[in-house]
Amino acid sequence: MAGKTVTRADLAESVFRKVGLSRTESAELVETVIDEICNAIVRGEMVKLSSFATFQVRAKNERIGRNPKTGEEVPISPRRVMTFKASNVLKQRILKAHTARKAKQKPPSPVA
Amino acid sequence: MIKSELVQIVAARNPHLYHRDVENIVNAVLDEITDALAGGNRVELRGFGAFSVKNRPSRSGRNPRTGESVFVEEKWVPFFKTGKELRERLNPDLADEED
Repeated sequence: MAGKTVTRADLAESVFRKVGLSRTESAELVETVIDEICNAIVRGEMVKLSSFATFQVRAKNERIGRNPKTGEEVPISPRRVMTFKASNVLKQRILKAHTARKAKQKPPSPVA
Repeated sequence: MIKSELVQIVAARNPHLYHRDVENIVNAVLDEITDALAGGNRVELRGFGAFSVKNRPSRSGRNPRTGESVFVEEKWVPFFKTGKELRERLNPDLADEED
């Protein structure tokens, strides 16, 4: 199962299975959820989804960057960037799952 | 915006659904993303961004207070890369610049 890319279609399938709407409507609702998250971010709002993550918009001032290829200095215009901060719940889930999977694949090293 | 406000907005756009259903929909979406990442998959949502897991190899760190060297276990952390479309919506004036 590992190594696959999950898309909107998979999210819609999950909504279809868990909530019991039609497939078409499940897909539409997934779209609406993603849409409204994006809209809030674009409005500059912080989006805080408990047990999942926080999305926040930060304004960056102009700074001087360098073209790594030519070494030329170029100004980087001020811009808004989004930061993603995973909740502890999400971080722990991922850490535990990956640690367990690795332990299963490879017996613990003799040193430990 | 917090989760309950997101539910409210989505519910307002879908008056034929029960509030409870909309709550389940939002949770199903977030749970599916979480399960995918825990299962070692990545999640790509065009227009929004891509969620993935990055591996941080074990390393020897240092206790900044005592200067003592400590072993830091390998770990896996969630990562999000903002999609092109969302980046452009955040910076409409930079639209023609290369990212």
